[in-house]
Amino acid sequence: MRRVVITGMGIWSCLGTDVDEVKESLYKGKSGIGIDETRIPYGFQSSLTGIVRKPELKGLIDRHLRRGMSEEAEYAYMASRQAFEMASVDEDYLTSNEIGCLFGNDSSAKPVIEAEAIMAEKHDTELLGQSFIFQAMNSTVTMNLSTIFHLKGINFTVSAACASGSHSIGLAYMFIKNGLQDMILCGGAQETNFYSMATFDAIGAFSRRMSDPAGASRPFDRDRDGLVPSGGAAALVLEDYEHAVKRGAHILAEVTGYGFSSNGTAVISQPSDEGCVRAMQRAIDDAGISTDDIDYINAHATSTRQGDMYEAIALDRLFHGKHALISSTKGMTGHECWMSGASEIVYSLIMMRNDFVAPNINLENRDEYSRPLNLAEKTVDTEVSTVLSNSFGFGGTNSALIIKKI
Amino acid sequence: MTREEIEAKVKDFLIEDIEIDEEKITPDAKLKDDLGIDSLDFVDIVVIVEKKFGFKIKQEEMMGVDTVAKFCDYIETKVK
Repeated sequence: MRRVVITGMGIWSCLGTDVDEVKESLYKGKSGIGIDETRIPYGFQSSLTGIVRKPELKGLIDRHLRRGMSEEAEYAYMASRQAFEMASVDEDYLTSNEIGCLFGNDSSAKPVIEAEAIMAEKHDTELLGQSFIFQAMNSTVTMNLSTIFHLKGINFTVSAACASGSHSIGLAYMFIKNGLQDMILCGGAQETNFYSMATFDAIGAFSRRMSDPAGASRPFDRDRDGLVPSGGAAALVLEDYEHAVKRGAHILAEVTGYGFSSNGTAVISQPSDEGCVRAMQRAIDDAGISTDDIDYINAHATSTRQGDMYEAIALDRLFHGKHALISSTKGMTGHECWMSGASEIVYSLIMMRNDFVAPNINLENRDEYSRPLNLAEKTVDTEVSTVLSNSFGFGGTNSALIIKKI
Repeated sequence: MTREEIEAKVKDFLIEDIEIDEEKITPDAKLKDDLGIDSLDFVDIVVIVEKKFGFKIKQEEMMGVDTVAKFCDYIETKVK
């Protein structure tokens, strides 16, 4: 089996639109949450959302390539540009080598709804134009990135709810580990428009602390009242270790473990501590390490009572008395949903490379389940060599990744 | 709508919506060969023309319409 390393990363999120800006936000515990004034008039119960800058692609990409890009594909393009640049993968390399593309994405609501509105009015598909089809499919991210960057390797989208981004990295790791690909662009993307989040708002999942956006996402805090939707994109270049060394690439970290599980429970939205434990233990076993070796855990905790509780129980089962610091960066970012498993690997890499653990902001009063956990309430300056990153999604899909300093 | 207004509107959407360089847009410019308009662009042009001129282009009426001037001629016949 081959070793798999990360040679590039890119990020476009509510914490910033490049690695340096995001590093500052993470270190300072800065929230990226704000108010979208259009949501309440549209019919939402909550107007809270991560505020993500819209990229300006005119001038960067030709219209013929740009016309099929959804909002999340645009974010993914910006993150991928950064990742390729960091990995020293240029135009020549892209066209003369086989590179794969695996991204997590589980919706593309805006073009679906806009196309349907035109159909309801005109009743004529010829008046839809040509862009919607390439924007409306879940695979909009990988189909656009593979075309723009001329990628010739494995090419598909992973739809696994809020674990989509994490599974995409896990699958890229497996493809490379097994010798099927030398390099894969992977990550996660998440649209932030209100069309995409109305059905999530419908189940009362969102915080209504609209008077205090920065304090609204409160993972593990007793007084939380729901999650805050957010989005953007995160991209990573994963590569065979020998391949990276041979071409002189700078190695950021090694992916050493991927664990997965399904809860097998009867309620579609109910998490399970047993499912979380099985995914984490599988990743730990795959990495060939013990729980003592992990320095930092980036928790999935989204600031919902049930989700936080089941993960806290699972973390306590595996890490009680261990030195690993734990935080959920979702206090700052909100829940980046399909993207979160990938963005949280980027956030963890930034911490690893800058010797700190980002804080679990807004944690003022722990609930009864998080009390035993070794949570980082403030930024901790410390060396971070091995990270476990958790992602759990609706329908019981769980993913855990382990990355290690090299 | 005058001929001048039609030409101005066509030029405007070719620049703004199809992102064709202004200097390329001449009456004799070939839609496909000179301006690079492909079949997917044309799907969008059907939508744009419906919005700006109020009629729907019929593919069968576009036979032989291969330059900017002929395209304006076609529109002129439809909006008269």
